[in-house]
Amino acid sequence: MAEKILMKGNEAVAHGAIRCGADGYFGYPITPQSEVMETLMEEKPWETTGMVVLQAESETASINMVYGGACTGKKVMTSSSSLGISLMAEGLSYLAGAELPCVVVNVMRGGPGLGTIQPGQADYFQAVKGGGHGDYKMIVLAPASAQDMYDFVDTAFELAFKYRTPAMILSDGVIGQMMEKVELRPIKPRRTNEQIIEQCGEWALTGKTADRKRNLITSLALDPNVMSAHNIELQKKYKTIMENEQQYTTYKTEDAEYLIVAYGSMSRIAESVVDTARENGIKLGVLRPITLFPYPEKALESLIPQLKKILVVEMSAGQMVEDVKLVVNGRVPVEFYGKCGGLIPSPDDVYEAFEKILK
Amino acid sequence: MDIKDIIKPENKVYGKTPLLTDAVMHYCPGCTHGVVHKIIAEVIEEMGIQDKTIGISPVGCAVLAYNYLDIDWEQAAHGRAPALATATKRLNPDKYVFTYQGDGDLASIGAGEVMHACNRGENIVIIFINNAIYGMTGGQMAPTTLLGQVTATTPYGRNAELNGYPLKITELLAQLDGTCYVTRQSAQTPAAVRKTKKAIRKAFENSMMNKGTSFVEVVGTCNSGWKLSPVKANKWMEENMFPFYPLGDMKDR
Ligand SMILES: Cc1ncc(C[n+]2csc(CCOP(=O)(O)OP(=O)(O)O)c2C)c(N)n1
Repeated sequence: MAEKILMKGNEAVAHGAIRCGADGYFGYPITPQSEVMETLMEEKPWETTGMVVLQAESETASINMVYGGACTGKKVMTSSSSLGISLMAEGLSYLAGAELPCVVVNVMRGGPGLGTIQPGQADYFQAVKGGGHGDYKMIVLAPASAQDMYDFVDTAFELAFKYRTPAMILSDGVIGQMMEKVELRPIKPRRTNEQIIEQCGEWALTGKTADRKRNLITSLALDPNVMSAHNIELQKKYKTIMENEQQYTTYKTEDAEYLIVAYGSMSRIAESVVDTARENGIKLGVLRPITLFPYPEKALESLIPQLKKILVVEMSAGQMVEDVKLVVNGRVPVEFYGKCGGLIPSPDDVYEAFEKILK
Repeated sequence: MDIKDIIKPENKVYGKTPLLTDAVMHYCPGCTHGVVHKIIAEVIEEMGIQDKTIGISPVGCAVLAYNYLDIDWEQAAHGRAPALATATKRLNPDKYVFTYQGDGDLASIGAGEVMHACNRGENIVIIFINNAIYGMTGGQMAPTTLLGQVTATTPYGRNAELNGYPLKITELLAQLDGTCYVTRQSAQTPAAVRKTKKAIRKAFENSMMNKGTSFVEVVGTCNSGWKLSPVKANKWMEENMFPFYPLGDMKDR
């Protein structure tokens, strides 16, 4: 039997990082995610796996430490919440521009500004549409349980290295703070220097030896033709990611006439609303995007012919709903229900909102 | 005698280190950056650590330093090189890791990162080129700009009331327990170049001894920014910069 331990979502991130062979974590305290670094410091992985853990002086420093570690082909990550991620925006753009793999966890709280320490999902646009400057994308994964928090660290690293691009785990305060049983997966050892050279030797800074040209990590190109060509390559990569990496789950959609689209903690609420609706004889289902970039367009597309109406539920004023509307393109009415500023919609709230759109 | 008769191996007194590439430098004539690049390249060659050295330059005139030194290189965001260096070194303790930063970069936007990297005693080398001006963006005021000095954003001269005082960041960093070696040098004469080279070599050696951060400031010129010929710029530096930024070791432990 695999080991199952009761822990918070944030603690699961820390254990997931250590056990998937991460090389470094750099972070700055902020509620509701501070348990990530606290757990790492308590676990002292530098004594076991050799993983480096450092409390940085700011989120600006954290993301740039991630950049400095990623340059050398190491598996490095940071975590923060909303406003801290805003402070990382420049660094994220640099990481994407320089094509560096890394993992960034955002345990979202309500905003804008200092906002609230209560949960939110209002950083969807920031995560999925850019956040920093320039034409870039990050792979964005949305966990809906403590187990996902654990598992997605490994998944995010795999994707980040596969495509040489930053990957974000876009979580929220509910998932970060909630305690659930988490199955600890088998330990993946950290890669040796030889394995890093084998995997990333073409680009990573491992020291210029006589047998290779020096490696350079930069996002600068003063010649607009070079910069343009780089942008075209980046867009090609994002297109490949769009084609190959869409992930989602569905709940009772086989015969569904109505659909709730929700991610993260809201997908859990949506599933309980489906059960209530089904008891009342209404054929409701849930589509839960796991990847927010790439958005699971194919799954949504395939459901459209059977649907009468779609309800999008978010802890925001309505952000992901725009992507749903883009895919649906007017073929089915798309309604929105959300709460923001730290309030969490209850199953009753969502059911009520759903009943309204039935009329 | 023809010139060809003189060009013989036995007559050779000096050569360019292969660590310095053949790329044509973009620096203005008289600029200090090129001289310091050469010094670093020579130190790396003499120590035989090309395969163990990672350089980090943020934005500033030296953003393209990577075109001139034949080593693995990271280009950093404005001010953030010490944060990059922190992680690079901690994750690769067998590497010599150095940052190469201007005064705007290190003492203004990056004041936080350099302060904390030094305070943590990261085992890195920080090379700080103080030319008292923002060279790359066209000669605006830097934190190290002297009182009365005319720049694009202090057209009537730096005024303490309006612009605050020139920042002696090196003196500040020397106070921190994390720094092991803090020195201020220059590179306008062969003697000064030799001293700077010694300082940079010592800094590189320190970084493998777990002693903390080594910090080498090089007071330099920016002829274009200062709007002075190279010779006049050197004179201006000696007369105005050195009294305020005195040369020499501040700390060596
Ligand atoms: C976030 C950010 N702000 C501003 C700039 C523009 N910028 C580029 S270099 C520079 C100043 C560089 O001056 P310094 O560090 O003194 O180096 P120098 O060019 O004099 O060698 C500035 C302000 C930037 N690249 N990034």
